[in-house]
Amino acid sequence: MTMHPVRRQRLILVLVLVTLSSAAVGFVTFAMRENMDYFYAPSAFAAGEVPVEKRIRAGGCVVPGSLQRADKNLEVQFVITDGEAELTVAFDKILPDLFAEGEAAVITGRLMPNGILRADQVLAKHDETYTPPEVAESMVSHKSCAGGAKI
Amino acid sequence: MAWQWFHRLGSPRWFYQKTGAWLPWLALASAVLLIVGSIWGLGFAPEDAKQGNSYRIIFVHVPAAFLALAGYYLMAVSGAIGLIWKMKLAFAVMRAAAPIGAVLTFIALFTGAIWGKPTWGAYWVWDARITSMLILLFLYIGVMALSQAVNREQVADRACALLALVGTVNIPIIYKSVDWWFTLHQPATLRLTEASSIDPSMFYPLLTVIIGFYCMYAWTLLTHTRTLLLRREIRTKWVQQVLTEGK
Repeated sequence: MTMHPVRRQRLILVLVLVTLSSAAVGFVTFAMRENMDYFYAPSAFAAGEVPVEKRIRAGGCVVPGSLQRADKNLEVQFVITDGEAELTVAFDKILPDLFAEGEAAVITGRLMPNGILRADQVLAKHDETYTPPEVAESMVSHKSCAGGAKI
Repeated sequence: MAWQWFHRLGSPRWFYQKTGAWLPWLALASAVLLIVGSIWGLGFAPEDAKQGNSYRIIFVHVPAAFLALAGYYLMAVSGAIGLIWKMKLAFAVMRAAAPIGAVLTFIALFTGAIWGKPTWGAYWVWDARITSMLILLFLYIGVMALSQAVNREQVADRACALLALVGTVNIPIIYKSVDWWFTLHQPATLRLTEASSIDPSMFYPLLTVIIGFYCMYAWTLLTHTRTLLLRREIRTKWVQQVLTEGK
């Protein structure tokens, strides 16, 4: 089964077009890979890669037991982790419904010189598992970032 | 000749006559699957332990997103076949796929926004998944605009095919964005190579709706392609025959 030479030539041209344009986009995306991340992980904060007092985003797993609420106002503090480093977050508005310890969260705010992230928005990042309540209760660990603290 | 079947497939008249018989079956299959899947998913599948009932928008969101991505490949491959074999039918399929894909992409983005508010706490964020999906919408709209912008049909066909082919790079980016970068969007639930992380009681209705969406896509694509063929081939004898005899 041989192809007509003209058609074969056009096929090669199409393949070259797709390959070259994909490579171009691939290189640009690779060069900008750090800007493609929606947020910084806590280890990037620990490594000093995050600018101080600029509006940035952080994401990680809320460390179980770290959530502290103030008695008089909405002020809360919690710690997020990526399994390597931890970051303390302070927030004074209402947390989203799905926000929970052991679940991931994405925080927009400013890193204070004292190393605490002052948040103006907290988003809950839910995982990709869907389970009925009965099944979830019977599972030993249903927390999305228990163990590996995957984000 | 080994390529004969392929060239016969490229005959608009043959395509029009063959596909006419498939349409009622596809319509029936998609209606049954979508109705059964929707009732099953919305009424009988259990609620999610964390998200409650709000997860049920998955029964529209995921099938629409699946077809938006698969439909782009179909559009680009049709464009490539059109370019290589100068096949009018392939160009007609390519042009028909653009508005359908645009609608599906819009549905995926829109249902995603509705889903995002109660779960994440925001309708829209500029993370890699959502932004690359928006680019997909613009690519579909670009192909649609290009097909209208050029008067000479053959020039428009080729321009659309080139844009569609260049845009294919976006599809693996959309698909892998949640694994390559930190995103707010969660990774894939349905996986081909490993077990899916969704309970079977929710997976089967979802699968039903996905197959229903595929049937509906096929029906819509064939219907739209047939209309485009009649318009493009209006001067030929077979179209005049179809139009006067009504078959």
